Amino acid sequence: MSWREVCASTHLTPNRGVAALFGEQQIAVFRVAELDEVLAIDNVDPFSGAAVLSRGIVGSAGESITVASPVYKQRFDLRTGTCLDNPDVCVATFPARVIDGRVEVEVPA
Amino acid sequence: MGARKTLVIAGHGMVGHKLVEELIERGAPAEWDIVVFCEERRMAYDRVHLSSFFEGAGADDLSLVDPELLDTPGLRVHTGDQAIRVDRDNKTVTSATGRTVRYDALVLATGSTPFVPPIPGNDSDGCFVYRTIDDLEAIADFAMLCRTGAVVGGGLLGLEAANALRSLGLRTHVVEFAPRLMPVQVDEGGGTALRARVEELGVQVHTDRQTTDITTGERGQVTGMQFAGGELLEVDMVVFSAGIRPRDDLARGCGLEIGERGGVIVDELCRTSDPSIFAIGECAVVHGRTWGLVAPGYQMARVVADQITGTGDSSFAGGDLSTKLKLLGIDVASFGSPDDGVPVVYADPVGHVYRKLAIDPDGPRLLGGVLVGDASGYDRLLQMVRGDLPTPADVATLAAPAREEVPASADELGESALICTCNSVTKGEICDAVRDGTSTKAGSTCGGCKPLVASITKVELRKLGAAVSDAICEHFDFTRQQLFDIVRVENILSFSELLARHGRGLGCEVCKPTVASMLASLTNRYILDGEDQTLQDTNDHFLANMQKDGTYSIVPRVPGGEITPGQLIAIGQVAEEFGLYTKITGGQRIDLFGARVEQLPLVWQRLVDAGMESGHAYGKALRTVKSCVGQTWCRYGVQDSTSMAVRLELRYRGLRSPHKLKMAVSGCVRECAEAQGKDVGVIATETGWNLYVCGNGGMRPRHATLLATDLDDEALIRAIDRFLMFYVRTADRLERTSVWFEKLEGGIDYLREVVFDDVLGVAAELDTAMKQHVATYECEWKATLDSPERLAKFRSFVNTDDPDPTVVFVQERGQIRPARADEKALLP
Repeated sequence: MSWREVCASTHLTPNRGVAALFGEQQIAVFRVAELDEVLAIDNVDPFSGAAVLSRGIVGSAGESITVASPVYKQRFDLRTGTCLDNPDVCVATFPARVIDGRVEVEVPA
Repeated sequence: MGARKTLVIAGHGMVGHKLVEELIERGAPAEWDIVVFCEERRMAYDRVHLSSFFEGAGADDLSLVDPELLDTPGLRVHTGDQAIRVDRDNKTVTSATGRTVRYDALVLATGSTPFVPPIPGNDSDGCFVYRTIDDLEAIADFAMLCRTGAVVGGGLLGLEAANALRSLGLRTHVVEFAPRLMPVQVDEGGGTALRARVEELGVQVHTDRQTTDITTGERGQVTGMQFAGGELLEVDMVVFSAGIRPRDDLARGCGLEIGERGGVIVDELCRTSDPSIFAIGECAVVHGRTWGLVAPGYQMARVVADQITGTGDSSFAGGDLSTKLKLLGIDVASFGSPDDGVPVVYADPVGHVYRKLAIDPDGPRLLGGVLVGDASGYDRLLQMVRGDLPTPADVATLAAPAREEVPASADELGESALICTCNSVTKGEICDAVRDGTSTKAGSTCGGCKPLVASITKVELRKLGAAVSDAICEHFDFTRQQLFDIVRVENILSFSELLARHGRGLGCEVCKPTVASMLASLTNRYILDGEDQTLQDTNDHFLANMQKDGTYSIVPRVPGGEITPGQLIAIGQVAEEFGLYTKITGGQRIDLFGARVEQLPLVWQRLVDAGMESGHAYGKALRTVKSCVGQTWCRYGVQDSTSMAVRLELRYRGLRSPHKLKMAVSGCVRECAEAQGKDVGVIATETGWNLYVCGNGGMRPRHATLLATDLDDEALIRAIDRFLMFYVRTADRLERTSVWFEKLEGGIDYLREVVFDDVLGVAAELDTAMKQHVATYECEWKATLDSPERLAKFRSFVNTDDPDPTVVFVQERGQIRPARADEKALLP
């Protein structure tokens, strides 16, 4: 595992995701404005196979912070990766942080 | 695998049928044949609501049997055939019609018979019992010849029967042996209030009366009742409803152990003295007594179903006799142990309300209570007795009627709280059913818990983010229309402002696009600036239509379906250069598929340079105005439909609405533009235009309704302006005009009054709103291309310019299409 730079934190619009590509791995990164937290999950929507989760709408469901897939609208918990609409499905999550104004995620080397 | 076994059920009343249901639910038919003997010609029906039969409910309405259930393999229900003999040695049951069935297990569910006091004359013409639908029909037939009737018995069933006689138009008397009505359920104070209420309804109550004789006339028909002490009451008919006796003849006949006061003795597993025979419901004596309510009977059915199928080990620990009833329209409730602890009484002698709570002062803890005339708060009080809600320190104040009915709120209760006593359904089970999309039987028997079930369902649905009738999602307690009014009236300009003032949580994929659409409708501003960009749904997000592989399609506007050869060539060149798949749409436009996010601005730059603009195919907005060539070219056209279509499309382009909008203009009645299948359809006449609205193709086709005839150009536009703005303001989220119209009270007449007569006084406002929309329209793609900051968002990846490696195309019929998974697997 190693920390990789995604972008300057100023490029991360609150509550709108970006996608980053590291080798074959696509990661969706979100800054949740209300929590001042950066969260990262796999960008590939397991239901459609399309790499689009970064383009979903960020929101909340009860205590969960969620992103809704733009394809068929299933919601994923941004902290755990679990699909709220089908708990048998989940996406990978990645550690994320902001250091010196840079957004970083930890990805498999 | 062993041979199939046979279970015989003697009796198909409410409890016998519940057993059948519970057995099927537990998969019993895989191993068991189930044979049911049903004495009545009708299968199980709802005896709890029997008196509704006189209020218009038919026998079918009362039936408890789902016809599909009868198709269950291995299940046989013999109606009109009573089990009359059990041979325990040979393990057989014989019926009245001579059927003999061998059983491996037998369940007695024979219920009870009405108790008819041993009074001389009790079998005269005009004497009835009140138990079955047949009884009710006989009572109804006879009542036609009568003016007065008496019910013997002032208990629960007696008052039900009195209600029936009243419904049949008889002057009604209730005769009770005890000093008060409902002596088992209510105390003296409650009895007094109840009597006053009942008498207010014109029913005469005679308590403390012992009937010694039923007097009869020459033809042997009832003429009156003689009471001990000499008093005579003249009546034309008598209904006995003075309690029930367990039906135990079958059990007696085969030598099973019988209780002192009748009934088949069983243990807490409902087993009789013969290990192959069970008894449940009102014929059974458990813990030394019979249980005359449906909830304990259902509980016994579950206990037996568990044992037969080996799916559980429940036992009958004693039933909850709490009940809330409406007798003669009067609320009566009794719960817990109302005679324990210290009584706190609220009595209103004028309004005839009596409420007693039994409180253990050491807790304080609520032990039980009796409520007569006003049962408000019953839900909460019952939950307190059960310990599912805490008893408040000032519990004594709850004796007074609640000013407004506050049902126990769903959130206060734990998962294990029992909500439906009759069917033993907990809050947790209701929540599970909501989540799984299945159902429970909660509320289906006495109905007392229905408000609470509704509240739990709603809260759970909200947690799931589903739209519940009155609120768009868990973050706002408002409908779209209410939110629209809030945004408009309070002049709210952002989602976060609206959320802070009127919502909770962070919002979601339901409320965010809904509010984004409203803000766009009201301000007509660019939809991807600032916070707005985080609110937009899939397609609005990149001003293009996302396809299944994450690429996008592009649709330039072609107003009225009219396009120049130069524009056609430009589209062709762009498609060729970027390798896009092209297809003609149903709305007279051209769709270009397969563009990646970072290609969208490049493609649009070329299209804008060629004089084209956004077609809003991605938005909940006006799509196309389809047209024919009209009188300009066509031999039959009577108006210039193409010019009108172009005019309409340019006027309403970019108008954000609750759902997409489609229009069409036909140049004559031949209707080549299919205007009657559109939200707004215009058809030319010799002298003007006919305006149709609220049509739809697609999933739920609807022919449009004629709103106005022979309008001139200006009147047509004004009518459409108002119609559209009225729809935008009042429709629900994702509600097409067709559905909106079907829900519109007053229908087309009302719509005409709004649009042409201004009954709501909002016409000027609607006109102004549309004028503002037209004046401030700009092409979203041109606005994007003009701004480097906006363009910067159109990237697949923030850290590289590489294309998305998951997007792969193959060739088909000379164009691209997305590679299927099996094709991708073959790639290097």
